Amino acid sequence: MFLKEYFLDIYKATKSLLTGMKLTGYYFTHHKEILTEEYPENRKNLQLAERFRGEVIMPHDANNEHTCTGCSSCEIACPNGSIKIISKFDITPEGKKKKAIDQHIYHLELCTMCGLCVEACPTDAIKMANTFEHSVFNRNHLIKRLNKPGSKIREGIEE
Amino acid sequence: MFEEVGTTTEGDLIINLGPQHPATHGVLHLVITLNGEIIKKVEPHLGYIHRSIEKMTESLSYRQFIYVTSRMDYLSAHINNHACALCVEKALQLEVPQRAQYIRVIMDELTRIASHELWWGAMAMDLGAFTPFFHAFREREKINEIMEETCGARLTMNYMVPGGVMVDLHPDFQKKVKAFIQQYKAKIHEYDELVTGNIIFQNRMKGIGYLSAEDAISYGCTGPVARGSGVASDIRKIAPYDVYDKVEFDEVLQTEGDSFARYMIRIQEMHQSIKIIGQLIDTIPDGNFQAKTKAVIKLPKGEFYQRVETARGELGVYIVSEGAAQPYRIKYRSPGFSNLSALDHMVRGHKIGDLIAAMGTLDLVIPDIDR
Repeated sequence: MFLKEYFLDIYKATKSLLTGMKLTGYYFTHHKEILTEEYPENRKNLQLAERFRGEVIMPHDANNEHTCTGCSSCEIACPNGSIKIISKFDITPEGKKKKAIDQHIYHLELCTMCGLCVEACPTDAIKMANTFEHSVFNRNHLIKRLNKPGSKIREGIEE
Repeated sequence: MFEEVGTTTEGDLIINLGPQHPATHGVLHLVITLNGEIIKKVEPHLGYIHRSIEKMTESLSYRQFIYVTSRMDYLSAHINNHACALCVEKALQLEVPQRAQYIRVIMDELTRIASHELWWGAMAMDLGAFTPFFHAFREREKINEIMEETCGARLTMNYMVPGGVMVDLHPDFQKKVKAFIQQYKAKIHEYDELVTGNIIFQNRMKGIGYLSAEDAISYGCTGPVARGSGVASDIRKIAPYDVYDKVEFDEVLQTEGDSFARYMIRIQEMHQSIKIIGQLIDTIPDGNFQAKTKAVIKLPKGEFYQRVETARGELGVYIVSEGAAQPYRIKYRSPGFSNLSALDHMVRGHKIGDLIAAMGTLDLVIPDIDR
């Protein structure tokens, strides 16, 4: 009786090990389904998800116009202080002063890509781009100005 | 430190386990007192990854403080965010749209599966098996892709906001989740073949790190660690939040209390999570994904507490509000801290190799313990 159990244990133990080995062997010989992506070899056809939060950008149209009113909603919403709005006063044709954006400064090095600024923006002026290769040699290059030089606000955009 | 050396008898050896590398089990420092190879005492030292999240939160608004909690227990980031959002909603007495509740629960369960997958791979690697790690990551990658598509991030999602979720689901979401369930069901038997049935694994797990039900309660253990000792502690059953009272699932319980019981709990919890997702995925109601909230959220004066079940156990969020836009004080009750405190009790008298096996079944995430 004792001997029978002894050999049964050995049989079961060997079988359990072989089951695992069989599975490993199966994947060793059937390598059709390769899931590993080899970066950076696949850089050219690497497709990231559309919503991937890589960095904050401000889209400009063909006339170099954006929809940012300089209301500072994104600056208030940011938990890390990575957005700084420098506003100016435009003189409208009627001779009135109107608040407008001068520089939208974005500190990429402070940003945690939480997306709260995009959520807070009332005019959808900023959005998240799905780029991710942000390394630069000089850290000052990470401080970006989002509104392009000479750009202005699109007509009809109000807060 | 010096007093402890004084209390040990002659011939005892005191060794430091970790932190050797940031990629090991977090940055946990264990001071182990050994007699030969027998463990006499294990003392965890914390503080290597303290970021003072609770203090930091006092200067953030009720919208902003949610994203920081993704960095606590990074493997169940969704569930942490969920707890914070629920606590704020509770204080505001805000009605969350049905659609948002469904989305939240599905996301929570996907996160739970992803977390348990990673635990399974990492624990097998602690025991010296390298292959399971890749099998676990194969399934986890699919979940990460689903998360990336809908939430915009793979690990620190920040998808929950007070009143609902940040953006609506991606049009492909339901299709992708169903494909994942298919793949998961087709591959799950590999987990048992590779690890669960393995004789070496079983011999290293059974009877190791015993924790009785009384000790589990007195140490404050929650989650799979408590359920492995037979303590019913699932918050989803005790105090259901969102749509957990509408879905059918079992609270998995084991009474052995050893490492193998805790292992089996997590494996079966993954099946239960799949069951929950299967019930909800086809019946997501239409409607708003976010309730209307004020631009600046101000909580009424008072104290608010909300607990949820993360992949590791009970997470509690305690907010003291003075009526301002920022919390006066926030305290998180993290599951990992209580679970880690039971480690010393579990491994006394065992060999040093068993310490690693027992510690693996606690599923420690150090940033959660040491906020």
